[in-house]
Amino acid sequence: MSTVTTQPAGRPAGQPAVAGVGPAPGSRRTPIVLAVLAAVAIVVFAVLGPGGQATFRISQDNDAWQVPNLVLPAKAFGVAIAVVCTALAVLAYRQMRANGRIAKWVTLTYAPVFVVGLLVWIVGGTTTQNITLVGLFTGAMLITTPLVFGSLSGVLCERSGVVNIAIEGQLLAGAFTAALVASITHNAFAGLFAAAAAGVAVSALLAVFSIKYVVNQIIVGVVLNVLVSGLTGFLFEKIMKTSVNGATIYNQPAQLPALPIPLLSEIPVIGPMLFRQSIIGYLMLVLVAAIWFGLFRTRWGLRIRAVGEHPKAADTVGINVNRTRVRNVLAGGAVAGIGGAYFTLVAVSSFSKDMTGGLGFIALAALIFGRWNPIGAALAALLFGVAGNLQSILSLAGTPIDGQFLAMLPYALTILAVSGFVGRSRAPAADGQPYVKG
Amino acid sequence: MRRAGIAGPAHRRPPAPTPRWVESLKLELKGITKSFGALVANDHIDLVVEPGQIHSLLGENGAGKSTLMNVLYGLHQPTSGEIHVDGSAVAFAGPADAMAVGIGMVHQHFMLVPVFTVAENVALGNESTGRGGILDLDATRRRIREISAQFGFDVDPDALVGELPVGVQQRVEIIKALAREAKVLILDEPTAVLTPQETDELMDIMRQLKANGTSIVFISHKLREVKAVSDKITVIRRGKVVGTADPSAPTTELASMMVGRSVSLTLEKSAAEPGETTFAVTNLTVTNDAGQRVVDDVTFAVSRGEILGIAGVQGNGQTELAEAVLGLRRHVRGSITLGGTELVGRSVREVLDAGVGYVPEDRQDDGLVGGFSIAENLVLDLYKQRPFSRRATLDRAAIAANAAAKVAEFDVRTLSAADPVATLSGGNQQKVVLARELSRPLKLFLASQPTRGVDVGSIEFLHKRIVAERDAGTPVLIVSTELDEVLELSDRIAVLFAGKLMGVVPGKSSRELLGLMMAGLTVDEARAHLDHPDATIEREPA
Repeated sequence: MSTVTTQPAGRPAGQPAVAGVGPAPGSRRTPIVLAVLAAVAIVVFAVLGPGGQATFRISQDNDAWQVPNLVLPAKAFGVAIAVVCTALAVLAYRQMRANGRIAKWVTLTYAPVFVVGLLVWIVGGTTTQNITLVGLFTGAMLITTPLVFGSLSGVLCERSGVVNIAIEGQLLAGAFTAALVASITHNAFAGLFAAAAAGVAVSALLAVFSIKYVVNQIIVGVVLNVLVSGLTGFLFEKIMKTSVNGATIYNQPAQLPALPIPLLSEIPVIGPMLFRQSIIGYLMLVLVAAIWFGLFRTRWGLRIRAVGEHPKAADTVGINVNRTRVRNVLAGGAVAGIGGAYFTLVAVSSFSKDMTGGLGFIALAALIFGRWNPIGAALAALLFGVAGNLQSILSLAGTPIDGQFLAMLPYALTILAVSGFVGRSRAPAADGQPYVKG
Repeated sequence: MRRAGIAGPAHRRPPAPTPRWVESLKLELKGITKSFGALVANDHIDLVVEPGQIHSLLGENGAGKSTLMNVLYGLHQPTSGEIHVDGSAVAFAGPADAMAVGIGMVHQHFMLVPVFTVAENVALGNESTGRGGILDLDATRRRIREISAQFGFDVDPDALVGELPVGVQQRVEIIKALAREAKVLILDEPTAVLTPQETDELMDIMRQLKANGTSIVFISHKLREVKAVSDKITVIRRGKVVGTADPSAPTTELASMMVGRSVSLTLEKSAAEPGETTFAVTNLTVTNDAGQRVVDDVTFAVSRGEILGIAGVQGNGQTELAEAVLGLRRHVRGSITLGGTELVGRSVREVLDAGVGYVPEDRQDDGLVGGFSIAENLVLDLYKQRPFSRRATLDRAAIAANAAAKVAEFDVRTLSAADPVATLSGGNQQKVVLARELSRPLKLFLASQPTRGVDVGSIEFLHKRIVAERDAGTPVLIVSTELDEVLELSDRIAVLFAGKLMGVVPGKSSRELLGLMMAGLTVDEARAHLDHPDATIEREPA
């Protein structure tokens, strides 16, 4: 019942002191969250910190520039981290008391400091006390790349007001189609285009049902995921598993080669991570920048954001709301389809049933964690990728911590972010609401 | 926060620097009919808006004024009829076409994106861009400053719209239309969200626009405003034009044209005979989920046999105050007592059982269950008790008998009490709510917006019932954003601004005094200001 809300939708905004934009509800809790994390840092990183040293290998053996390994005394470093975290938490509390808000840099500094502290603590606690940063980050890209494409698809759809739960299906459709077409044509680029087309096809269904026929967007999305999973699974059994002369010729896609960029690819850690990628990896970097610029600096983006925030206002200034939404949903499908191609043209050399393994849903989490901002979503995808890869790296290094537990952490963080404990994450106001002229 | 409308408008506005003369435009609507299914919202409407005129469209809520204007603005396509601009027929496929010929509209519910800046809102749909569609907001900012200077607006192009007071948001809407070179400006119920002083300022702006050559279509149901500002008045009733009038026409004549029969505009009401004070609100503070104080340390009391009206511009804490009394709010501090019993912390059921009758401000969302029948809605609060239920089953016959009696008593116009309540008109729905709430012996009657969106005939009836409840010795609390209604009903008036009580004044207080209080002056400050209008008021910003 809407009785207890302050301002039911559709009513003009009241005086700001009462119903205006005001401070975010979650921000008052931020100092508490920071203090709790600082307490964790004191107890776990400092007091219970492991003895010995944590070694991070930065260069690979065959790198042109050799950078010495980073060796940190785990316990002393833990103490330092705990001190910094405590200081920042106190600062945040005082700022909140004085101004009612916390300077952005405080939380932006806190997060990486805490993560580094966590990393040193974990590595210091392994039997070898030694991990490779290159392996950690380049391996993370296997997860991060499809996540970025998926969340960019979400940004395009949701900024215009359509919830896209079908990202998982779009990725899967892209992966399957890329594998099939690249196998038949022996041309990886043909596979790439076909994947984009497959993503668009899934999106077209989403657009028709959710925009034209005003079916609940979430339900359509969920149904589409199940549909794509079933369809690709069926075709996989019927087509891809058939072998001709002992070879499964419909599941041997041509691969997209890695294209190292001279000089840039030699930068320690960053080089192998970002500049020794396939065309899809570079496309990802371009898309993140382009969509961000488009959304926040161009007419195209202003109109899309207006459609997602207040469709009626957009309509009254002559913007075609539903056409804008259809275009964005289709564009989002193409982006997610390309992300799906990454699975079969770059990461693994063949398709397998349901190989996207829920990454489409995690892309949604990255979208929310990144506050519906392309750059934020990409950084969230990187965090999820690193966390996902950390468990495999650590199992090699011999950690006492359960890998599954580590894999869970980023999503616990996402829930905190969504519930408003860590800053505010606000969806476009008309996200998920169909627009019907009345 | 910004205080609206304190300084006199006359000496604040600098002289216009470079008036841009707007080329005038003649607008004709010929036989416009617009139907939604079986409902005919507009029935062969003819309307001529001469260049440089303020043309008022007067009619009750639901008479079809807004539909007509949405047709004119291209939001709806007419079922039949033609729109002529300067003598030639035009067809609008959408608002963009209407704007292209110079028609601008300020909607009743503002069409502004709250998370955008003023400049972004003004630019939207009409963007200045560089190569590749890159936004050039500087051009828009210049245009906003130009228009602001011309009309004496104080609007920062880079302010977030959601953080601006309503009055300023309305100016942003006007700037939005003017930036698109609007030659005809439609203002749809623009005064609904304004204080009396802000309304006067808006009227000055309208006259200034007219002097500049812009025609204005002013939509309103408030006779006083229409008479004050119009050059010509067209009256609409039930989708049809019933006549035109000059602004000099007597108010009663306009009113009877609007309603279709002669109405008494003044409520006959004897002087209050206040008894003992049984309802008291003491130091009440209500906090919303965002931690803002939406009702801030409010104290007042209501006696038996008197009506206390709570006035204020919409969104200043009235809704929350009423909900706090009923127990619908979570974060409530202070005390609310009824006949010595503390109500804070009680459940809604307990508050109702304590004898509170409650008319919520939004009857469709909170007052009625639209799909339920009239009879069922009439026992929403009593269904658990005899005679309406026995053990676990409802007694349909008793419910139907109750409905028949109430429908007759409250003059609910319906064919059958078994029809869904959603099929009734607004006025009849409101009668159902009142019939239900007044059917129990009450110790307090609390009504929020008792006649919002209700036709004049029903308003008369509802007001009489409320006064009758007072005369029966019940303390009555009325919350209304319609100052006319508050003045009409109240024996005393309390004014809320930004959640704070500005003071309690007698029911016969002047509109000016109340307007100043609604803009954030305490009763003493407001009285001082009326005595010495030139003295500036120095106070810490709230």
